[in-house]
Amino acid sequence: MNIINLENITRIYQLGSEEVRALDGISLRIDKNEYVAIMGPSGSGKSTLMNILGCLDTPTSGKYDFKGINVSDMSDNELAEIRNREIGFVFQTFNLLPRSNAFHNVELPLIYSGIHSLKRKEIAKETLTSVGLEDRLHHKPSELSGGQRQRVAIARALVTTPSIILADEPTGNLDSKTGGDIMLLFNAIHKQGNTIILVTHEEYIAKHAKRIIRLLDGKIERDEKNE
Amino acid sequence: MSNYLFELKEGLIIAFKAIRANKARAILTTLGVVIGICAVALMSTTIKGMDIAFEEGISSLGSDNLYIDKWAWFSDEEFWKMRNRKNLKLSDYEKFKNLAQLPIAVAPTLWIVKKVEYGNNYVEGTLITGSTDEYLKTTNFDFDEGRFFSAIESKSSRNVVVLGKEVADHLFKSKNASEKYIKISGIKFKVVGILKKQGSNLLGNFNPDKQVYMPIGAVFKHFERASNRSIAIIIRAQNTSMVEATKEEAEDIMRRIRGLMYDEENDFSINQQEGLTQNYNKTVGVIKIAGLLITGLSLLVGAIGIMNIMFVSVKERTREIGIRKAIGAKKRTILTQFITEASTICLIGGLIGLILAILLSMAINKFLPTSIQFDTVILAIIISLITGILAGFAPAYTAAKMDPVEALRYE
Ligand SMILES: Nc1ncnc2c1ncn2[C@@H]1O[C@H](COP(=O)(O)OP(=O)(O)OP(=O)(O)O)[C@@H](O)[C@H]1O
Ligand SMILES: [Mg+2]
Repeated sequence: MNIINLENITRIYQLGSEEVRALDGISLRIDKNEYVAIMGPSGSGKSTLMNILGCLDTPTSGKYDFKGINVSDMSDNELAEIRNREIGFVFQTFNLLPRSNAFHNVELPLIYSGIHSLKRKEIAKETLTSVGLEDRLHHKPSELSGGQRQRVAIARALVTTPSIILADEPTGNLDSKTGGDIMLLFNAIHKQGNTIILVTHEEYIAKHAKRIIRLLDGKIERDEKNE
Repeated sequence: MSNYLFELKEGLIIAFKAIRANKARAILTTLGVVIGICAVALMSTTIKGMDIAFEEGISSLGSDNLYIDKWAWFSDEEFWKMRNRKNLKLSDYEKFKNLAQLPIAVAPTLWIVKKVEYGNNYVEGTLITGSTDEYLKTTNFDFDEGRFFSAIESKSSRNVVVLGKEVADHLFKSKNASEKYIKISGIKFKVVGILKKQGSNLLGNFNPDKQVYMPIGAVFKHFERASNRSIAIIIRAQNTSMVEATKEEAEDIMRRIRGLMYDEENDFSINQQEGLTQNYNKTVGVIKIAGLLITGLSLLVGAIGIMNIMFVSVKERTREIGIRKAIGAKKRTILTQFITEASTICLIGGLIGLILAILLSMAINKFLPTSIQFDTVILAIIISLITGILAGFAPAYTAAKMDPVEALRYE
């Protein structure tokens, strides 16, 4: 069953009179439980693609079906709900709320889903435990290491049991040892049946994925299995 | 509905966190609202207090009374013109009393200011009103002890006095005063009665609590030569609807007594409490409008302060807003969050302002018979909430409509 279906997607930024074609005719299908790495040189459109996949941004033209529903027909509220329930984001810079502790950061998506306190606390604790942070619940991001921060971010992405995890250079700010640990975590998450798309510059990171898509100048240059 | 309540509850928790994280800023921001709400509460309390004090004062004067006087209380008439009028004499009063049909009471009054003494206790500068027994009918006096002086005592100018409550308290402390003798300028007067507390500081020394009453004959006998001073005549109409007719009759009679021709002006004035009320409303009306403007302005300043700080806060937290949107916050959620934050700051400020106002009103209470009422409290809370919502809306809206990708990219 395919979760994502892109047909001829373009994303054009208008900078004064100049047109930047960040995405230029992308067609792509991603099925359930795939493990995809997106690679490509800087400026090739990887982040732009991830934002569109994650319903944070909308394409200039083309058709995007998420689980068979056309995303461009959706209202802002529906997009917010998709982001909340169907998509888990992991960012290079972690993007945790600096003033909230690990627990509250993970709990937040559940607040937006309208899940009530007791249930919420239970799920958030469980998820943090599953990424190995059961003893760091009340630490603020500034009191955690980079790897631990990224684990909190991953727990936050997982907590609503989304259909897809989107990670834009999740190891970009980590040393290779910690980055490797994070990748092991992604592998485990994938084994549990999750769908993962991650962006990376590093071949050794991409090696973990089962499929590698290479972008160049907003186009798909290569799309191959990685066994 | 439950969804909104849920968001409100979560919004409140987030708001408290944000406020706690920025205590100094929140305190400074709140100050404007604290002052604004304090001003609103105090102003409404003070105005209410003035109204109550005035009404009490008026009712202790007797509301259907007319005062025939050499002087007009409220008039543009020139001072020298009134000064050149003939004095009202006791004989004028007697003629008037014989001719007047409509009033239920007619009494002459003349006041002097003296020191009154009992043993070692004394009250300096006490207003002493001389009148007849009929004076009682022009008032709403009740008695703590004894009675007003009688017709016989009045006619024969006996040395008897009725004391206002405050005067009695000063002279006798808690001791029984009836039938005791006080001294005024060394002359002994028997106390025949003490008034119940009437209570209106607005009247100053004219407050009955601070006065002493004695037969007018006694005043002339001991303190004042009859020709020196002009008396006033108090007349009481049967009821409010008869005030006009009574006034017309009084004017008629007075003109006859004075022997005025039809083209001559009155050489006396007939004063009325209505004049007092009008005068009060005119003065206090100005105070009310000024008060409203001042409080409105201080609230506006408070609101602008909140709005300003909320804009700064939204700007600073752009990235936070991006994160919240990425993990599923709707526009409405973000809007609610920031409006809740602004309202919470305003509400806290309002409550502090209210507490301040309650403390200050205890001080004001020494001058005006009032304290902050329940409706003022409710009003202040509602106003601070509305201020918060209005001041928070524009910044919250800016936050809600941010583009998530740009917000996430914000450094
Ligand atoms: N908001 C924007 N306005 C204008 N141009 C933009 C904007 N965002 C991205 N671009 C352009 O779109 C192109 C693709 O950018 P994108 O961020 O997707 O690259 P990337 O592949 O993620 O690069 P990197 O590996 O450096 O993160 C770039 O040329 C960039 O300049
Ligand atoms: Mg990028």
